[in-house]
Amino acid sequence: MIDTTLHLAPVTVRVRAPFGAVRQHLETFYPEAMQAPGRTKRFIDFDIRIERGTGWRRWLRPQARFLLDHVEPFLPLPANQAAPLFEWGLNWCLASRPLGYLVMHAAVVARDGDALVMPGSPGAGKSTLCAALTFIDGWRLLSDELAILAPACGTLQPTPRPISLKNESIEIVSRFPGATLGPRYTDTRKGTISHAAPPSASRAAAEHQARCRWVVFPRFAAESAPCCEEIGRAEAFARIAEQSFNRDRMGETGFRALCDMLDKARCFDIVFDSTETALALVRDVTGQ
Amino acid sequence: MTSAACKRLVSILKTPTQATQLDLSEWSQLVAGARSANLAGLLAERIAAAGITVPAEATRHLEALRQLSRRQTQSVRWEVHGLQRALSQLGIPVVLLKGAAYAVSDHPVGRGRLFGDIDILVPRNALGDVELRLMVAGWTSAKASPYDQRYYRTWMHELPPMVNVRRGTVLDVHHTILPLTSRHSPDAETIIRAASALPDLPAVRIPRPEHLLIHSIVHLLHEGELHNGLRDLFDIDGLLRTGASEADFWPRVVDASRTLDVVAPVAFGLHLAAHLLDSPIPPHVLADMRNAAGGPASRLLTMLYTTAIRPENEAAESPAATLARFAIYVRAHWLRMPPHLLLRHLAHKSIVRLKKDEPAVEGRA
Repeated sequence: MIDTTLHLAPVTVRVRAPFGAVRQHLETFYPEAMQAPGRTKRFIDFDIRIERGTGWRRWLRPQARFLLDHVEPFLPLPANQAAPLFEWGLNWCLASRPLGYLVMHAAVVARDGDALVMPGSPGAGKSTLCAALTFIDGWRLLSDELAILAPACGTLQPTPRPISLKNESIEIVSRFPGATLGPRYTDTRKGTISHAAPPSASRAAAEHQARCRWVVFPRFAAESAPCCEEIGRAEAFARIAEQSFNRDRMGETGFRALCDMLDKARCFDIVFDSTETALALVRDVTGQ
Repeated sequence: MTSAACKRLVSILKTPTQATQLDLSEWSQLVAGARSANLAGLLAERIAAAGITVPAEATRHLEALRQLSRRQTQSVRWEVHGLQRALSQLGIPVVLLKGAAYAVSDHPVGRGRLFGDIDILVPRNALGDVELRLMVAGWTSAKASPYDQRYYRTWMHELPPMVNVRRGTVLDVHHTILPLTSRHSPDAETIIRAASALPDLPAVRIPRPEHLLIHSIVHLLHEGELHNGLRDLFDIDGLLRTGASEADFWPRVVDASRTLDVVAPVAFGLHLAAHLLDSPIPPHVLADMRNAAGGPASRLLTMLYTTAIRPENEAAESPAATLARFAIYVRAHWLRMPPHLLLRHLAHKSIVRLKKDEPAVEGRA
């Protein structure tokens, strides 16, 4: 049984789980967080438990259940997916518990304080490109899934957690310099998935916020010619808003925050058929 | 309300300045407890009004909840404007109940409150037309099974819940305030007739303050599920404090509970608010209600509610609370329908559950 308190910018999370795989996952991907003193007086933002399924399921078809406080927001998964369940569940917590942030489905990387936001529908190649920018071009990882915008200061909050890789992208990313992957989980509802550890420099800079300078909508299309097109902020607004988890709940505050973010950014559509092309396009766009 | 954490939540809601004593992990527990009792928005409002210093870690949650409550209030008002448009041609009064009434009338109880479903009360003879108009406006019935449809339509005080196909908002259309099969049979006409109009919403009505209070009490005591029990109790406290600003409020409460045939539940509800929250109810009102109800409040029932009403995160871990909640659930069903119907209903529910292999707590409001 593990019972630990992790400080993951921008939240503090208590995790309780009887699964060895969850302990191993935390030790691999959150080493600093695990070393922090545990039982100090801290404010817990999310009280998370991963529990075993109850009743006959405990023996015949072992399950892992995710609980936030005493709420079970989704259906249990097979017990061997307890670690990915923690990651998915934590994303859900960040996206749904009101903390005053506008939370969008996007990968975010940065150089110094300048952030590149890549919103993306599943399958657009967002995570692979995010990993390539992080491991090959040396961008700092803020998040591969969640753009967390603080309306008061207009900055993006890093939450450097493992990059979640699916199917073909696992092989590709495992060849990137400095990429360390965790176990592979087969037969999840997203296919085979694996996690890549964020570089330690990204973790060390978890308290350094960044300002959005570029928004890039990536799209992977096999055997297509590379293409980069600047788009208007209104169009970018509509498309990012669609990818936002809590835009409706954030009301006017969220609307204004997103407008402000885009006022200071240039927005692009890019189409690519390989990691190298995608990196070249991003270098052009950002001048980096 | 027997645990230390729950007592602290209640006492800080009543006297927010006590929160200055808390250390960081106590703040953490306070916010978690308030959230699971669905009272975090109220806590945020009261803490903000008291102007005390709050650690940044807690402020972030509290401010986000206040913002969410304001946003939900705005959404509820917007939905009510839609209901006005959908139903105005029928020429009937559309009475808002509970959260929607507080949001639209800017009632103090609505401040910091989070909203679930929208509840309206319409004259029973207009029910068919109302349902049709709502369907045209994009609301569809959320309960698909023929049994559920019949359960609501023949036995209950409301249509099966309706869901807006575009927004997912849930609307409960009531024609009275208690199930038709219930031991008490309040005449909703008196609530509809006495309700007051709103300047910019000609079809929409807000119930009289005494009716808001009585409905809130009856709802808490007949619902049978106490997930929001503590929140409902604070609603009751807020409703009676605000109502008492009218000089003849208390005589009206006593009268209306007689007219509506709900003397016993109202007497017990007021007793509970006085007992658990020290709500300011004049002693002679409590005495009058006690006499009208035919005796003092049951000590067993008081004990059950005292044990059962607490935040969800604690209730789940307390066998006593679980037991008390089960007893209250059974009692509420007992009040809801006569024994032969109850038996039939529970038998049907458990067979359906067995077939689906679903937990019993699934699908709660």
